[in-house]
Amino acid sequence: MTRFVRSWLGIAATTVTLAVGGGQAFAQKELVFGLQCDRTGPTANVGTVLCPGYHDYIALVNSKGGVEGYKIKVLEIDHEYKVPPAIEAHERFKKEGAVLEGLYGTPQTAALNKKLEEDKILGTSPGFGTASAADGKRYPYTFPIAASYWSQGGAAVAFAKEKLGDLKGKKIAYLFYDNPAGKEPLPILEDLAKAEGFELRTFAVPAPGLEMGAQILDITSRYKPDFIITHLFGRSPSVSIKELKGKGFPLSKVVAFVWGSAESDIIAAGGMGVAEGYNTMQFAGVGKDFQVLKDIEAMYKAQGKTPPKEMDSTVYYNRGVFIAALHVEAARNAIKAKAGAMPTSEDVKKGMESIKGLTLGGLLPPLELTAADHEGGGWVQIWTVKGGKLVKVKDWFQGNRPTIQKHLAADAAKS
Amino acid sequence: MFHRESGVFKTSYGADMALYPLPIAKWTVVVLALIFVVIVPLTVHEYYLSILNLIFIAIVGALGLNILVGYTGQISIGHGAFMSVGAYTAANLAVKLGLPFWLTLPAGGLMAALIGVIVGMPSLRIKGLYLAIATLAGQLIIEWTINHVPAISGGAQASIEVGRPNLFGFTFNTQGRLYFFLLFFAVVAIVATLNLVRSRIGRAFVAVRDQDIAAEIIGINIYRYKLLAFAISSFYAGVCGVLYTYYFGIANYEQFQLIVSIDYLAMIIIGGLGSVLGTIFGAIFVTLLPIVIRIFMENVGSLFFTTAEMANVISGLRLGVFGGLIIFFLIVEPEGLNRLWRNIRSYFRVWPFSY
Repeated sequence: MTRFVRSWLGIAATTVTLAVGGGQAFAQKELVFGLQCDRTGPTANVGTVLCPGYHDYIALVNSKGGVEGYKIKVLEIDHEYKVPPAIEAHERFKKEGAVLEGLYGTPQTAALNKKLEEDKILGTSPGFGTASAADGKRYPYTFPIAASYWSQGGAAVAFAKEKLGDLKGKKIAYLFYDNPAGKEPLPILEDLAKAEGFELRTFAVPAPGLEMGAQILDITSRYKPDFIITHLFGRSPSVSIKELKGKGFPLSKVVAFVWGSAESDIIAAGGMGVAEGYNTMQFAGVGKDFQVLKDIEAMYKAQGKTPPKEMDSTVYYNRGVFIAALHVEAARNAIKAKAGAMPTSEDVKKGMESIKGLTLGGLLPPLELTAADHEGGGWVQIWTVKGGKLVKVKDWFQGNRPTIQKHLAADAAKS
Repeated sequence: MFHRESGVFKTSYGADMALYPLPIAKWTVVVLALIFVVIVPLTVHEYYLSILNLIFIAIVGALGLNILVGYTGQISIGHGAFMSVGAYTAANLAVKLGLPFWLTLPAGGLMAALIGVIVGMPSLRIKGLYLAIATLAGQLIIEWTINHVPAISGGAQASIEVGRPNLFGFTFNTQGRLYFFLLFFAVVAIVATLNLVRSRIGRAFVAVRDQDIAAEIIGINIYRYKLLAFAISSFYAGVCGVLYTYYFGIANYEQFQLIVSIDYLAMIIIGGLGSVLGTIFGAIFVTLLPIVIRIFMENVGSLFFTTAEMANVISGLRLGVFGGLIIFFLIVEPEGLNRLWRNIRSYFRVWPFSY
């Protein structure tokens, strides 16, 4: 084959691909959900577990006849934690008639806030994105459901208070990933430091966060805090656990934000046995003791397959189920409100804003979404490593809610 | 671009440097204009327009990088940061002073050019890999600065929301409208680059690239031209950043991290260093390839994989194919897609009598 023929074959193959992709049929009685994932980027450790959880819950719903008679089709796009592919993903979802989409990543959410509003498609950003997006009036189509970084900051301080008794005169260290998401809770923490009378010192870890020996040494040998709040991403939480353990700091005096809280982080730090006492913050239930997870296992067994290994990584898997359950519930509310007719994306948005009392047997917090509050209250749980596994030590709670609401109001007034 | 006379008949420098080498070239431009201004926006779905929009922005940035790397031979892995300089300059001017895009856009470009000259100063003393590391340092310093100076970044989130571009009361707020907005700047960038490289400055850049000592001996002030290359190149990058800002509606430095610099380098290497057409090919290739692979797998992959497997297969395959194709192209045609295109063209020039 000459070089020339090879080139033409390549071009022909590309053309055929594009032509095939162009004409997809759209079946009736089908709802399309869009899901953005990161399976190959810097936070792939989250995406490769969370997204299967999402798909499995949707498959479970479909296997039981769908939602109010509608089958759900999920269109997943991996954006590698890059922004332009996330924009492309949104446009693709729009083209395929998606009624809602699951976002992933703080910069991606920031870049899509405006487009979501223009195209009237709601996007969920559970546990990340801009905290001020909880204000449904300012960001009508963005839903940072569960707990924003502000709510997590409030909850972390509340938990520290519970652990230490009184915070007056105590020293708290905040170890964070040096990016906008890491810095976001700072105003809340500073405010609470004043109100509660504790001393706050911040320790930034530069990207990619795999080297924090200096910060940990500074914390443990010089600052000697009574409590440490960590807010890290990707592979860095496990580094922090390992380093703190190495310096002999009691891990029971550490609480991690939601992205440093997975089994995989603890296992990568040397195993559950090493991290005894490590406190993790969760916005979805942990473990396998939920009816919905048993149903998913039963669904796999009925198909003659073994349940996927991702189910063992319950923190992220359950979060995937959590997001899927919210999406399905929003669609259900929308279809009910239209008496069975095909809902538009705006109907689904209203459906999302009327979610209340959906708990899935404790997997979900007691959320209450309204047109004004797109966060649903900012609920978290604390799970602690005890005897080789994560044990719930504090049930759903909202930490320092008034402070967060004060900041939300101040931020809304600023714009 | 698409046609060529059957030999070399040019007898003057003027003819050799002409923008339109043949009279028919003017008609090609007319046809291309007709396709992109009338036919495409009228017939193509908004989704495909959105992909074209991303390609247009990538073309502007990649052209800038190619002026520096391809034409002048100075490597930079700091272009992502130059984009963020343009983005934040424009966003601050647009939000704090309420300036329209036709002022913020050149301002963003100029600020990026200024920073680019500063980061490019080591190029006066070092070359190649050393310069690459110096510009890498520039990238990291700029990222850190934006992240830690609230006066630039606008607060802890380091993101500034801007409105949609507005011209005489007309708002570019849909993909279809943004298409014209971005097409305009992509065309301006292409025409400007075509003219730049056939001018005295462009020739000087090429002379510096080919052998800087020789260039100095024939009277080219290499310091001046190296810094000029950095300035022009960063200006393009800054404009590219401003376009991203208006397209996303937000300036956020996390959109312009190191990986972006690498992506743009990949574009010009795949497309062809020192070639405008190659830059366009590269921008199209890098933007489109992941999308094409995904659409291909969505349609064909279901024959081999279950839905659950497919998500992982698509993601992995995309990375694998992307890396594999870069290696493949660089082995088969080290000069990039542009050279491949010229080979195809020269094949047809004598077809069917190739001997």
